Amino acid sequence: MSEEIIKDVIVRESEDYIINMGPQHPSTHGVLRFEVCLKGETVKYLIPHIGYIHRGIEKMCEADTYQQIIHLTDRMDYLSAHINNEAVCMVVEEAMQVEVPERVKYIRTILDELNRIASHQLWWCAFGMDLGALTAFFYGLRDREHILDIFEESFGSRLLHSFNTPGGLMHDVHPNFQKRTKEFITYFRKKLPEYDQLLTGNIIFQERVKGVGYMSREKAIAYGVTGPSGRGSNLACDIRKIAPYGAYDKVQFDEILMTEGDTFARYQVRMGEMLESMKIIEQLVDNIPEGDFTAKMKPIIKLPAGEYFKRVETARGELAVYVVSDGNKTPYRMKFRSPNFSNLFVMNELAAGGKIADLVAISGSLDLVIPDIDR
Amino acid sequence: MSSKIYDFSTLTGSIDAALNSWMSPGLAVLSEMVIIGLLFLTFYALLGLFLVYLERKVCAVIQNRVGPNRVGKWGLLQTIADLIKLLMKELIPIRKADHLLFLIAPFIVIIASFMAMGAVPFAKGLHVLDFNIGVFYVMAVSSLGVVGILIAGWSSNSKYSLIGAMRSGAQIVSYELSVGLSLMAIVVFSGTMSLSGIIESQADGWWIFKGHIPAFVAFIVFLIASTAEINRGPFDLAEAESELTAGFHTEYSGIKFAFFFLAEYINMFIVAALGATVFLGGWMPFHIGNWEGFNQVMDYIPSIVWFFAKTFFIIYVIMWFKWTFPRLRIDQLLTLEWKFLLPISMVNILLIAFLVMMHWHF
Repeated sequence: MSEEIIKDVIVRESEDYIINMGPQHPSTHGVLRFEVCLKGETVKYLIPHIGYIHRGIEKMCEADTYQQIIHLTDRMDYLSAHINNEAVCMVVEEAMQVEVPERVKYIRTILDELNRIASHQLWWCAFGMDLGALTAFFYGLRDREHILDIFEESFGSRLLHSFNTPGGLMHDVHPNFQKRTKEFITYFRKKLPEYDQLLTGNIIFQERVKGVGYMSREKAIAYGVTGPSGRGSNLACDIRKIAPYGAYDKVQFDEILMTEGDTFARYQVRMGEMLESMKIIEQLVDNIPEGDFTAKMKPIIKLPAGEYFKRVETARGELAVYVVSDGNKTPYRMKFRSPNFSNLFVMNELAAGGKIADLVAISGSLDLVIPDIDR
Repeated sequence: MSSKIYDFSTLTGSIDAALNSWMSPGLAVLSEMVIIGLLFLTFYALLGLFLVYLERKVCAVIQNRVGPNRVGKWGLLQTIADLIKLLMKELIPIRKADHLLFLIAPFIVIIASFMAMGAVPFAKGLHVLDFNIGVFYVMAVSSLGVVGILIAGWSSNSKYSLIGAMRSGAQIVSYELSVGLSLMAIVVFSGTMSLSGIIESQADGWWIFKGHIPAFVAFIVFLIASTAEINRGPFDLAEAESELTAGFHTEYSGIKFAFFFLAEYINMFIVAALGATVFLGGWMPFHIGNWEGFNQVMDYIPSIVWFFAKTFFIIYVIMWFKWTFPRLRIDQLLTLEWKFLLPISMVNILLIAFLVMMHWHF
């Protein structure tokens, strides 16, 4: 089955007109290199080259304690840092059979969703930039700033906030947290329609994204594309629905699914998810139970020997953490299944046959974060 | 009827007379040329700097920002500081570039815009080149710039530059047609190609008001097509930074890059000035039919103010486009021209010819 869907290995020819997009190129959002073969303006094939920001995080994990590993996961998908932290915490908590307090679950879920909104806002900015709509960048960043301020107040850091710790949180959230989160929701509900006015309804924008980079459901499954990119192809892959964690089993929200599978579908999924995230936060923020901000944990965490696996839904798709422990304070082997790695390699299938401008639009719509690919 | 006050020809005439009384006629013409050349160079540089500053401020307003506000009052000296920086930067030689062409390219671009600038009527009597084919001359000269862009892309010996230059060539050559046809609409109305003649024909009302709907259609087509012709957003495919890093001028640095940059802004001014002259009456004040009092008040506003107000209005509209629209794709760009703008302007020009034949215009 999958052999039919996934194309054969690309054959390079000597007369191919190759240009390298990246590792320093404005459209790749980081140190990613596309080896693009062109025929005039049309893309014949492209080969992604990765590894420019490989830091060996998985290997480093083998020498670190579980508390230290949290800080490394921030540096993978830095735009869903909080969600990455939570994945590792959940593995440790499951292995130690620790029941985290309800308060922690609520706060973690709210922070997850705030993080998801911030990430989607930044994606929206960057996607606008990719298509040449430069003003979008400032609209998105203006609103993202409000979320980062909430983060800064509670954790002291704005982007890489290693706030989760095995068993709970580093410390309690700031007393203003609930008030400011609610203020943000009312603010952003007013501002989100501006995004549609500026970009979504624009005729040039629609011409650029509709019908571009079609990905069928089968192709999404074959390449393991998850997250909003997969849901744009009608692939119900939301871990929050399939295997609820945190407080997701206590809230009502819809999984946004589009059937078109093109760049515009992936765009609409993310725009819809921002609304759904706000819905989730609204349901939780007033009901945060009182209690401890962390469960009682030993200062040195030693996981019982065995294999542990946990997955979460980051802003870009399914992040799975697989730990093999031999009973020491450091893991024997640690493996991350990062969403961007799978999402990247479908690029050739989507972009081949299109124009250079389509290639940029498609790579923008997959919302790639390069450090998450290289790890 | 039209304003007699603020006529620059009295000033220029007296200078001419004074020079002729001091020296022989040949020397007088030579010194006039030098004076005009120097004035033009100064004006050109200052205008370029001001337009860059203006663009930064306009885009800042659109993007919820403040814009340059540190160097000088309201950041007015920012672009001058940038110019000094660009002047001091190293001109990086490209090892495998075609050096001669690489050197010439920025000059071709800037000379083309400089020549077109000569035909712009700034105010009543303030007009360097005024001859019977003014519109044709501006069109012909401003399209020379594409040669410079193509040479720049080719000689850089860089793939990004080459793609950018090819895009630019395809784009400018196609959109030239629509620009020409939309200007031709007004030429048909006014019956002359001379820019001063077109302005005189608008003494009792601007063509955009007098020419019914066809003139308005021609104006819209002109705005779109000329934005594309000067390589500005949403048609800035030649330097699409998210696709081609900087397009045809990727390999240029220092003052050579500044030449391209300056020429782009001056071209914007020329296009806006041409649009203002042909459609909005140039330096003609705003007059309404028989309202004598109102018309006289309008006459008291100097013609140079009218010209710059109209030009900067069009410049603002072009900047507004750029900062709010996404960029088109190359095939969509060519589709827009060949399938929409060109047929529309062709039908439009037939319609205008019919209107003029039946004497239905005002």
